[in-house]
Amino acid sequence: MIPAMLVSVWFFGLEAVRVLVLAAAASLFFEWVIQKYLIKGPITITDGSALVTGILLAFNVPSNLPSWMVIIGALVAIGMAKMSFGGLGKNIFNPALVARVFLLISFPVQMTSWPKPHAISQGLADVITGPTPLGIVKEGLGAGKTMSQLKPELPNYMQDLVGQMGGSMGEVSAIALLLGGIYMLWKKIITWHIPVAVLATVVIFTGILWGFNPESYADPVFNLITGGLMLGAIFMATDMVTSPMTHGGQLLFGFGVGLITVLIRVWGAYPEGVSFAILLMNAVVPLINRGFKPKRFGANPGVKIEA
Amino acid sequence: MGLLKTFKLGGVHPSENKLSAQVPIEALPIPKKAFVSLGQNLGAPSKPIVKRGDEVKVGQLIAMAGGFIGANIHSPVSGKVFKIDVVLDSSGFRRPAIIINVDGDEWMENIDRTNDIVREIKASPEEIINKVKDAGIVGMGGATFPTQVKLTPPPGKTADTLIINGVECEPYLTADHRVMLERGEELLIGTEILMKALKVTKGFIGIENNKPDAIAHLSMLAKDFKGIEIVPLKVKYPQGGEKQLIKAVVNREVPSGKLPIEVGCVVQNVGTTLAVYEAVQKNKPLFERVVTVTGKGVSKPSNFLVRTGTPISELIEAAGGVPDNTGKVIGGGPMMGKSLLSIDAPVVKGTSGILLMRMDESHRKPEQSCIRCSKCTYVCPMGLEPYLLSRVSKLGNYEMAEKERIMDCIECGSCQYTCPAAIPLLDYLRLGKNKTGQLIRSRNKK
Repeated sequence: MIPAMLVSVWFFGLEAVRVLVLAAAASLFFEWVIQKYLIKGPITITDGSALVTGILLAFNVPSNLPSWMVIIGALVAIGMAKMSFGGLGKNIFNPALVARVFLLISFPVQMTSWPKPHAISQGLADVITGPTPLGIVKEGLGAGKTMSQLKPELPNYMQDLVGQMGGSMGEVSAIALLLGGIYMLWKKIITWHIPVAVLATVVIFTGILWGFNPESYADPVFNLITGGLMLGAIFMATDMVTSPMTHGGQLLFGFGVGLITVLIRVWGAYPEGVSFAILLMNAVVPLINRGFKPKRFGANPGVKIEA
Repeated sequence: MGLLKTFKLGGVHPSENKLSAQVPIEALPIPKKAFVSLGQNLGAPSKPIVKRGDEVKVGQLIAMAGGFIGANIHSPVSGKVFKIDVVLDSSGFRRPAIIINVDGDEWMENIDRTNDIVREIKASPEEIINKVKDAGIVGMGGATFPTQVKLTPPPGKTADTLIINGVECEPYLTADHRVMLERGEELLIGTEILMKALKVTKGFIGIENNKPDAIAHLSMLAKDFKGIEIVPLKVKYPQGGEKQLIKAVVNREVPSGKLPIEVGCVVQNVGTTLAVYEAVQKNKPLFERVVTVTGKGVSKPSNFLVRTGTPISELIEAAGGVPDNTGKVIGGGPMMGKSLLSIDAPVVKGTSGILLMRMDESHRKPEQSCIRCSKCTYVCPMGLEPYLLSRVSKLGNYEMAEKERIMDCIECGSCQYTCPAAIPLLDYLRLGKNKTGQLIRSRNKK
């Protein structure tokens, strides 16, 4: 997560540092309070899971979100989504995403006023807010414009890749997120199945729509590198606790996330659907685990010996 | 080096720590008192046929097999039977044992004690199987399944392949490695004997690539033996598991719940094969074996040729004694072995090694919550879901455990080794297997 963290600080400045530190600290604090005074059980804030939840929460909100909202987000993530299910390993839904969706529904204005990213070098003072690329497309298409008319309003692909676009703190830079993903793959923290399934589904599905009518649907590359897709596919959907156990199940899970994301982006009320998609798929993970078993040794020997 | 053969599903690669690989086998002095356990094999315990005060010789039959799945026991020492009593054995249970006060070292006259290697196999297949049965030979890799049972395929089944297990995939252990290096020719004759008994023409010896000297040595010797092929294998735990070894060597998959004979294979351990050679060619029953004594704190990691019934403490003494910071003594290897309750427990036919772990190595890390990272599922060589099986075992839902194929578990411990939350998965799985087995047996009775 380090590359994405650095990029968010680079583009969103001290505000990003504030949100990051606050979210992480608040998550740790709530975990500690709940374990100490409510559960009265062992305290496990050193296992790093609350810290990760805090950082992921920060990634999922705009950098200009008021501090008290960040703290409420942390409380929802840790208290509601994690601890009420029994703590680490027992939660059904990804805590950071539950918090994001909670904040999005409770404070829609603050959660969707995205500060325009600017390098620290350009001064810290004025924070200009602007819409996300996906928001531009959604509103534009809704207002009857075509994709080619919208083109000038959108950042170019290079900007999307690096992270010069509106959005939540951690989701803007596709390159930084990919770097993080490659590192986790290399360290064998995650396997390729979920991210690849999510991204491939989105590309194929939006590709079909775009091929149908390039004027009313955004192209697949645009869909791939904007919004929270990279963050979701690499960091959120791969959360071990809330994803399936077997590779086959993970592919199906990823496909579901990709499909629902596109459905929401194209036909839903919100411009972005990754978080809803992941949460919805989280809910069916137990079912997937039941249906997808590992390849059992000796189940289908398939070898006949010559007698 | 091209692609070496191995099994496909799961597996781990723990540090090998073969400290005693280059230490030649050394005969351990005979103990003053031998504690010959009557429960040295899988299946029924043996029945003593000597009583207090009887004089016995080395190699004399002192206990009879207690059933079809059972094995004879021969005296490892000469002397007088002191008493028959329970002793704490390496499994942690008190089991009956014949305790013998040692006097001299007088062997039965019919045992060929010379070092001559007898190449020609005179015995017929039936005679071989009978000799193996009489000699009380069991699987010496640790499972201690009576060997003659394996050599007698059930009606309707035939074997076409013999595989000798020279994998020794457990870290630290080197007993089989040394036998392959020092008793290579006898091992190959033993292989030939087993092939003759099974009436098969093809014999493989599977050896992991971390023992290049053994592979080279046996490959050279095998040129003089028809039908025996040395198969180098990629190092991967638990390749010494029968089913994994068969998959690796001949690419056949033993069906769930079935024995290797189902795919025409019989697997025998290196130590067992040597014992077969000695029984058939030299008339020597099984009463001694090679045991590795090792550990990072041990001053002289060793491979000893030991009479069964020798207290483990004497082996440790000969390897330089118990180091000060020892936290745990394990019978077997670090992956599958079990920690000993007492180092006075005697060596039995299935004792392959004694591992002394330092205090800092022997502490279990505190158990954390399962975060369903799936690592246990990826490494399980049987394609099971250890996280799920351990949980249903913990909850006592053995019906579900059975449905999720807990009985396929080979107790290799790869899941527990790999678990980042330090959950004692193997402990729960062993418990669950035991209880599920009871459930199945009680249902079959009805």
